[in-house]
Amino acid sequence: MTGAVGDACLVVGLGAALYAVGAAVYGARSGRREYVTSARRAMYCLAGLLTIAMVMLESAYLRTDLSYKLVAQNSSTDTPTFYKLTAMWSSQEGSLLLWAFLLSVYSSVVLFVTRRKLREIVPWATAVLGVVASFFLSLMVLRGQDPFAILATRPAQGNGLEPLLRHPAMAVHPPMLYSGYVGFSIPFAFAIGALITRRTGADWIRSTRRFALVAWTFLGCGILLGALWSYSELGWGGYWAWDAVENASLMPWLLGTAFIHSVMVQEKRGMLKLWNAALILATFTAALIGTFLVRSGILDSIHAFGASTLGVPFLIFIGIVAIGSAGLLISRRESLRSEGRLDSLLSREAFFLLNNLVLVTLCLVIFWGTFFPLISEALTGTKRSFGPPLFDRWTVPLALVLVLLAGVGPLLTWRRATSLPRAFGWPVAFAAAALLAMLVATPAAGSIRSLIMFTLVAFVLAVVVQEFTRGARARRLMGDESWPAAARSLVVRNRRRYGGYMVHAGMAILFLGVAASSGFHAQRDAQLRAGQSAKIDGYTVTYRRPTAAILADRAGTGAPVSLGAVLDVRKGDRHWVMRPSRNYYEATDGSGGAFGRFFTGESTSETDVRWGLGGDVWTAVQPDTSHLMHPITVANSKFSSAPPQMQAVVLAALVESYRRNPPPATFRVVVSPMIVWIWIGGGVVLLGSLTALWPAAEARRRRAASLAAARLGRELSRA
Amino acid sequence: MIVALSAALLLAGALVWTSFGSATEATTPSQALRTPPGRSIQITGKVVPGSIGHEGRALRFRVRDRNGTTSVPVVYSGAVPDPFRDGREVIVSGTMRDGTFVGQRDSLVTKCPSKFQSKPGGKTL
Repeated sequence: MTGAVGDACLVVGLGAALYAVGAAVYGARSGRREYVTSARRAMYCLAGLLTIAMVMLESAYLRTDLSYKLVAQNSSTDTPTFYKLTAMWSSQEGSLLLWAFLLSVYSSVVLFVTRRKLREIVPWATAVLGVVASFFLSLMVLRGQDPFAILATRPAQGNGLEPLLRHPAMAVHPPMLYSGYVGFSIPFAFAIGALITRRTGADWIRSTRRFALVAWTFLGCGILLGALWSYSELGWGGYWAWDAVENASLMPWLLGTAFIHSVMVQEKRGMLKLWNAALILATFTAALIGTFLVRSGILDSIHAFGASTLGVPFLIFIGIVAIGSAGLLISRRESLRSEGRLDSLLSREAFFLLNNLVLVTLCLVIFWGTFFPLISEALTGTKRSFGPPLFDRWTVPLALVLVLLAGVGPLLTWRRATSLPRAFGWPVAFAAAALLAMLVATPAAGSIRSLIMFTLVAFVLAVVVQEFTRGARARRLMGDESWPAAARSLVVRNRRRYGGYMVHAGMAILFLGVAASSGFHAQRDAQLRAGQSAKIDGYTVTYRRPTAAILADRAGTGAPVSLGAVLDVRKGDRHWVMRPSRNYYEATDGSGGAFGRFFTGESTSETDVRWGLGGDVWTAVQPDTSHLMHPITVANSKFSSAPPQMQAVVLAALVESYRRNPPPATFRVVVSPMIVWIWIGGGVVLLGSLTALWPAAEARRRRAASLAAARLGRELSRA
Repeated sequence: MIVALSAALLLAGALVWTSFGSATEATTPSQALRTPPGRSIQITGKVVPGSIGHEGRALRFRVRDRNGTTSVPVVYSGAVPDPFRDGREVIVSGTMRDGTFVGQRDSLVTKCPSKFQSKPGGKTL
């Protein structure tokens, strides 16, 4: 029943989206406003329909209705409730529905906000959003990617959610990432509208820059959550591997970062119009490529979920978007002429341009590296891979320049910078002092690249602190405010600027974590018997005893069997206990027999991380289950047809025999200094962008007043 | 403008140069068997069921062509990704030595199982 409702929502939704395209274009060409209004309402209607569809699908997951193909594929009755709800986006069809749903919500919000503004641009933007929505809906309705497909025979049990995805960070990571990808469609649609109508001033930017910032924030959070998942769930101890899909999410983020900076130049100086339009068109194309890469399997990646049926239509759509955007830009180059010109190379706009060039170069390098296997195969016939060392070699210097620019930019004024010593004095002195201190008191000189990064981070942080204190001091001189009150009103009165500085500080902190943990991490793999110890970076790790649990894994993922270890970690007079383990899930392909199936299925590392501001100790264990194989064969032959309770007792005995008589286990211990600052920095960035996004009461009043004035002006000039 | 363009060209040239110079060749197991020893390559293929064994700390297994039966023995030590097991698609970097592929430490990548991929007709449940 709910399946039919869901399907109906998708079909009617596709109709509404197509109608919105037609009505918006007709309204724009004929000048009949009522059609544009009707197109906008069709998009609201689409958002309502897709919300119903989402609720329908989630309710099917929640009650584990296994007659749904999707539910049977990636959920099961014994999947924990929280993961039942998040299982939706681990399927291709579910992800498509999520994409379309987010798009319809974003579109409705932006069309509501701009309903009395940008009369020329909005109809075309509505049409573009309608086209994008129609594409995703038609994949579901016409290309057989139906999220509500019903199986001919209802299976007794579902596959369950992929064990690797049973992690809190992984539950929110896909929606975050998609909110980012989808969010960039808003400035994209308005840019297209502005180009078509040749209204290439800063109006379209003013109306959509908030959406760009929201998308940027979501995408950044999504990327960081993915890194956190990789670090704490995948048993290798790292957070970034330059994997194709990771890169695919970073590319639109980098272009979006460039866009957020360069639009300020257009707003202030009327320059870089062509560049901004090109950037947002490229950002959205990159976001589409990101969505496509996850599912297409054309690049070797740990995320490549096998070959997909979506490749061709998706590639065609990306091609149309890319070529159409480029063609539109070329045909409108006349109206994209700059109004101002660069007065001095020592100005904020020049450094924004420089920062943009570095970001775009970084994106191009990553693009090249990601697609290099395909490029080299096309050119030379042999597939070559562009490994992490090559990525590091190219991206690290660019990242260093970027952090330097994040410090220099805020110190320069628009048009032409004056009084450089006053602006740079303190921050440079602080960075130099930090460098000296690090050389004298810490082993930071061991990695030159990290040392440079630490110095630059000190510089950026000093710049941000200086900007805050100078601003607050100025406020204190004007009014009679206390320091905290002055700092607060400083931020409240200029949220965008000081929010931006907070983002800079957060990024600096994040890079501090990256540089420290990558330059100075220590890793050791050791095979230990119970009672034996291994030493790493001053820590002594002792394997105390094995652990074994049935249906009681520490992370609550619902794993039937969990084998692990109790470790004693000691450094100096500090010591603590760590409990890494490995979860074993039942095989679903029928291999292994009645008892072996618990060991031949998926298994996942459940790492144990001791977080610390100074550094993390990360542990994972790989138990050796080969000794269990013989008793399992015996159990398989003797108890395969025993009653379930009896089988449970036998399984418990098998697991217990591992605990009683443990074979040596392989451990990986990683000591990463200051790695936690990556996520702390991410938190500061989030705080900063929320600050910048928060609507300012005064600004809203001012904007309303200026809009009224502008309208009056227009009426007067017409009269 | 000219300075910027020539700098961009120079950078692009350097990027192309380093990537062709130091990127490792990606091969199938049957191509790997024909590769001269010592050259660093990357193999992609499927783990032959039943071939996984341990030898001290090293892992031994065979990787076969995605579509074919030719397989190459692999010796590998380092981190083993969670999804690694019989029949999985893997990528390892290393060199050929005496007919055996010696994997570089920590270079083993296992593709996620095709479990949540949509197959026409659904998976046998």
